[in-house]
Amino acid sequence: MAAIPGGADHSHDHSHDHHPSGLMRWVTTTNHKDIGSMYLWFSFAMFIVGGIMALVIRAELFQPGLQVVDPDRFNQMTTLHGLIMVFGAIMPAFVGFANWMLPLMIGASDMAFARMNNWSFWLLPPAAILLTGSLLVPGGAAASGWTLYPPLTVQMGIGMDMAIFAVHILGISSIMGSINIVTTILNMRAPGMTLMKMPLFCWTWLITAYLVIAVMPVLAGAVTMILTDRHFGTSFFNAAGGGDPVLYQHIFWFFGHPEVYIIAIPAFGVVSQVIPAFSRKPLFGYASMVYATSSIAILSFIVWAHHMYTVGMPVAGQLYFMFATMLIAVPTGVKVFNWVATMWRGSLTFETPMLFSIGFLFLFTLGGFSGLVLSMTAVDVQLHDSYYVVAHFHYVMVAGALFSAYAGAYYWLPKWTGHMYDEKLGKLHFWLSLIFFNMTFFVQHFLGLAGMPRRIPDYSLQFAEFNKISSIGAFGFGLSQLVFLVVVLKCLKGGEKASAKPWDGAEGLEWTVPSPAPHHTFEVPPVVK
Amino acid sequence: MRLNLQEPITELGHKVYDLHLLMTIVCGVIFVAVFGVMFWSVFVHRKSAGHKAATFHESTTVEILWTIVPVFILLGMAWPATKTILAMRDTSNPDITIKATGYQWKWGYDYLKGAGEGISFTSNLSTPQPQIRNEAAKGTDYLLEVDNELVVPVGKKVRILTTANDVIHAWWVPALAVKQDAIPGFIRDTWFRAEKTGTFRGQCAELCGKDHGYMPIVVKVVTEEEYAAWTEKKKAEQAAAADDPNKMYTVEELAPRGEKIFAANCAACHQANGQGLPPAFPALDGSKVVLGPQDGQIDVLLHGRQGTAMASFKHMSDTDIAAVITYTRNSWSNKTGEVVQPSDIKMARE
Repeated sequence: MAAIPGGADHSHDHSHDHHPSGLMRWVTTTNHKDIGSMYLWFSFAMFIVGGIMALVIRAELFQPGLQVVDPDRFNQMTTLHGLIMVFGAIMPAFVGFANWMLPLMIGASDMAFARMNNWSFWLLPPAAILLTGSLLVPGGAAASGWTLYPPLTVQMGIGMDMAIFAVHILGISSIMGSINIVTTILNMRAPGMTLMKMPLFCWTWLITAYLVIAVMPVLAGAVTMILTDRHFGTSFFNAAGGGDPVLYQHIFWFFGHPEVYIIAIPAFGVVSQVIPAFSRKPLFGYASMVYATSSIAILSFIVWAHHMYTVGMPVAGQLYFMFATMLIAVPTGVKVFNWVATMWRGSLTFETPMLFSIGFLFLFTLGGFSGLVLSMTAVDVQLHDSYYVVAHFHYVMVAGALFSAYAGAYYWLPKWTGHMYDEKLGKLHFWLSLIFFNMTFFVQHFLGLAGMPRRIPDYSLQFAEFNKISSIGAFGFGLSQLVFLVVVLKCLKGGEKASAKPWDGAEGLEWTVPSPAPHHTFEVPPVVK
Repeated sequence: MRLNLQEPITELGHKVYDLHLLMTIVCGVIFVAVFGVMFWSVFVHRKSAGHKAATFHESTTVEILWTIVPVFILLGMAWPATKTILAMRDTSNPDITIKATGYQWKWGYDYLKGAGEGISFTSNLSTPQPQIRNEAAKGTDYLLEVDNELVVPVGKKVRILTTANDVIHAWWVPALAVKQDAIPGFIRDTWFRAEKTGTFRGQCAELCGKDHGYMPIVVKVVTEEEYAAWTEKKKAEQAAAADDPNKMYTVEELAPRGEKIFAANCAACHQANGQGLPPAFPALDGSKVVLGPQDGQIDVLLHGRQGTAMASFKHMSDTDIAAVITYTRNSWSNKTGEVVQPSDIKMARE
């Protein structure tokens, strides 16, 4: 549906003139805001599903011995929890943000490929059904960990094939989403909005989208090789047939390490919007932020084997990957310093988005430091595949990506719904999340240091106390997330009317359109000075 | 409630321990400094305290400074890290070489070179099932105890070769500062030189299927005299246990031996009652393969089943394989009365 030249009246909602209503509106929609909302709801639903799996894991680990699930189910839970959280919850959440906010931020009327946008979203539910449905098939779901290392993956039943197919579908969806984002940002910016004038969130997504396009096909290739090893007599990863199981790990982590940044970089973008708004001061070092983000993205391609220090690679390889990995600390440090400098001598207020951003900054940096400890090959050999690693990546993924997604959600909820959210509940959500998150994951550092391997359903008695604390924390954290659902539902139903720009320190084109943002915006592009 | 790495008992372990401590302290100091600044800002530069926002948004000097300074800190860290890793990977000139083979789900040890050469045994979890199922009180070494420990002498350089029979495992003993993946079809190596005697416990560190959490590693470091005595005893045991390959057995002779082998190798999947955990792990009670021709069952044991968790057991002796097959063909409701002889296995191998 083309924008009508001259139709400058933003508040006029003419969606229902030519759109089906009811369910078909959502099935056939090509509107970036509808699709953005669907992405966000989908990711929240997957977050709950993956979260329930995490709680099954933590319930089993509450005390030594087997109580809740048998070891095989336990492994299925860890595998699906990982796959669902990475591909079903966090990635679609940030694509949802991109869909909603990128056109509004760059003054475009919609995403570049509106129909492909619809298709990118509607590929997700079948993949989700394949993943969760695999729990019900004979042999159960894939039980090899989300990394799907062969030869273990060759032993699995049909659940493994369903997981492989789901990964293929999710990969296609993210690649199409990313092509859409790149094209939108490069071609559809409002007149006067040069690349270096874009809000940082747009920059981070531009860089992320390139990462996705580069590495998702690599993952698809790796899992396809597993598929042919399983069913078509190849032996890519079977030594008896001339293959090598370690080859898979190289291919997987060539995807897997950039994937970490595919998740983290949009989170950096959100935080870079929120912190200046509530500091009432422009982002410190905008240009260096862009360069630092690009450097992180490029470096992410050349550090993959730091996930594989114990496979027995030559010592020269171990040294190279150690140095390259340590190097990432430099641009990451620049970003952290820039955020702190943005707050420095600002005029700070602490609404929920700001609280989550500060929580992000504090805990993500902690996760960064445990990453630096892990980058040391000799130390990593001790900590590899232990709970220290589990703690490390949950600091990066949960306190990093998830907290940042919450910061973004609270920040833009007034724009999406037209109502202010309940600030008291929002703050409650933050403080509960912060306390229970640390209760769950901080103690896992000690478990890993003391020698508890990851992915075990049962453990020796020396690990009992910290596991108990961690499990209680996990249930607290899980329940606290329902507060967010209440906040969103309340906000959708009503509440204080939000003005076009509800945050006095916020900057950007998205705040020039009314709240809620009408169905069609920027049919005539704004001019950026 | 241990808060740090396990107390190391090797020189290399001490280096790793100190390196980790150093890194944690350096990171901790930087963390406190950066967030000291941030929290100062949070408490002082707040709107509610009447603070007005400044407008600065860049400073080339500061930005260059906080790019360069971390580089130097990292260089300072890289130096001890590099030295440690070079020492860690030097597996040359060992006194004793032992091959550790990962199986689903136990470890096999073969003393290949040095004192004790020729000794070979498997090491299974010895924690009783009722403890795992919460039907009995858990012992102090719950899940970290085995039937046969890996015994090594103190003060000697022990090189461990790792490999695996089925999927990837990893041989990890925290107190020795050793972790090495065991990869099917390939040999990797690592080493340690224990500085004191004692028993040190670790676990498989790479997810290897259902019972990944149930294949511990126990290393018993003993004095040189004790080690010599142990190797003598072990060799004598092995000689006594060697079977006459041409002996013809009866069901009564083989089945009890088969039952023990079944409990250690098969019951994890096929279950002690032979009912399995279908569909992943099929029942043997009433199974077509077990009740069918002997050759079919021998083939499955020798070569495994491609695409399933059923691994090859060809590393076991002819008599052991014959015993376990005889046991399954004469247990539960299976009453074939047949005996599979070690010579049958030998023939099938050829």
